[in-house]
Amino acid sequence: MNPIAWLAELGRAVLNLLSAFGRVTLFALDAISHIFRPPFYPREFGMALLNIGWLSLPVVGLTTVFTGGALALQIYAGGARFNAEAVVPQIVAIGMVRELGPVMVGLMIAARVTSSIAAEIATMKVTEQIDALVTLSTHPMKYLTAPRVLAALITVPVLVAVGDIIGIAGGYVVATQNLGFNPAAYLKNTVDFLEPLDLLSSLVKGAAFGMIAAIMGCYFGMHSGRGAQGVGRATKGSVETAAVLILAANFVLTGVFFSL
Amino acid sequence: MIRMENVHKAFDENRVLQGMNLDIAKGTSMVIIGGSGTGKSVALKCILGLIQPDSGMIYVDGKDARKGDRDAFLARFGMLFQGAALFDSLTVWQNVAFRLLRGSLKRPADEAREIAIEKLRRVGLKADVADRFPAELSGGMQKRVGLARAIAAEPEIIFFDEPTTGLDPIMSGVINDLIREIVTEMGATAMTITHDMSSVRAIADNVAMLHAGVIQWTGPVDQMDASGDPYVEQFISGSAEGPIEAVR
Repeated sequence: MNPIAWLAELGRAVLNLLSAFGRVTLFALDAISHIFRPPFYPREFGMALLNIGWLSLPVVGLTTVFTGGALALQIYAGGARFNAEAVVPQIVAIGMVRELGPVMVGLMIAARVTSSIAAEIATMKVTEQIDALVTLSTHPMKYLTAPRVLAALITVPVLVAVGDIIGIAGGYVVATQNLGFNPAAYLKNTVDFLEPLDLLSSLVKGAAFGMIAAIMGCYFGMHSGRGAQGVGRATKGSVETAAVLILAANFVLTGVFFSL
Repeated sequence: MIRMENVHKAFDENRVLQGMNLDIAKGTSMVIIGGSGTGKSVALKCILGLIQPDSGMIYVDGKDARKGDRDAFLARFGMLFQGAALFDSLTVWQNVAFRLLRGSLKRPADEAREIAIEKLRRVGLKADVADRFPAELSGGMQKRVGLARAIAAEPEIIFFDEPTTGLDPIMSGVINDLIREIVTEMGATAMTITHDMSSVRAIADNVAMLHAGVIQWTGPVDQMDASGDPYVEQFISGSAEGPIEAVR
């Protein structure tokens, strides 16, 4: 390929990426601003709390309990190579609270909630329901986006906290039932080792991941193409982007908390 | 009451409206006819502000439609969408009373429900439909619910986007008669877009033929058959021969 043409292609790709980043950022700022500006829609907010928070509990619980159990086994096996099996409670606790709890919950929310929001809003767009909202003097950003973003901002940190506890419980069950750890000593080591900053980082990550998940679902839904293919693309794009952004945000936030 | 002056709208290379001019007098029913993809829906959405025209002016009651209080502007309109566009997550009565449950027209829920049931009766649906969800209704019933929603707040201007598309001839006739009755009864200004000639004859006071992004002919419905306009004649006859290309 001609080097100039290659450079032009690269430049176009970078410009497209920056333009997409700008559009998403403006959309996110607009969505957040609508959270604070009336009118408010309590029914839609309540439904979003139920869908994003309560109905995500089973998948969050199952994901984190298995992750916590597997983590305990891996740490035990790895620690045994240099006689450090005793650190299982501490590493399970810090691993779940600082890293795996928020990330696993974030990814599960991206899979379950982002996809559902994107598909629902995209279908509304394709079937002219968004236009109907406008003609009925209702701002789609206020009615559809703001309640979902606020609900995710509130519920995902709670889900992360629940996921952390269940994950640690998974590790506890494996360690005490399969690896011969003393239950009381395991719990004491877990509680003694965790610091307030660990919990804070977990909750902050949860809030950030919740925002990303909800905003990506709404953005891709609102900007979906026509027909069933448009809805499919919007759903796929929303989950892919949310998952990548959650992992990127996790890296950045981990760096921030690591430096504190 | 509604005036479009030299309105242009393009989507990339596709120039949909190319200088559309149209006048709709207060209290009259205007039907815009034209083939699929000629920009009828785009024209309607431009008036409502759902799509921004590239150039040209749109006036409602002599005022620029893009200026002023948007909520107050939209509160004057009711619209029946092609696929009814009912909200899946709400029951039928909540759909009909949507505007009455929130915003500047908000009323107590009991009162809004009563109004919704009254409007459902007006479009020939029984009260027991009120608590069903849209997915539980047939296409014809969904159209009627959409019609009930469009008239729930008693708007001054009502738009109908392909009101009979996808319906059998009997249900089409029922919807056409309902639209005519409601528009006459409410004294509303109506704008309908369709390519169903039976709808045109049932609903219209005046007809406008849209083709190639401009209004080719406009006049009273009783002059339509003798218009002498080749586009209108071909459209009425449904012939493949004429100025409108059959393959577009």
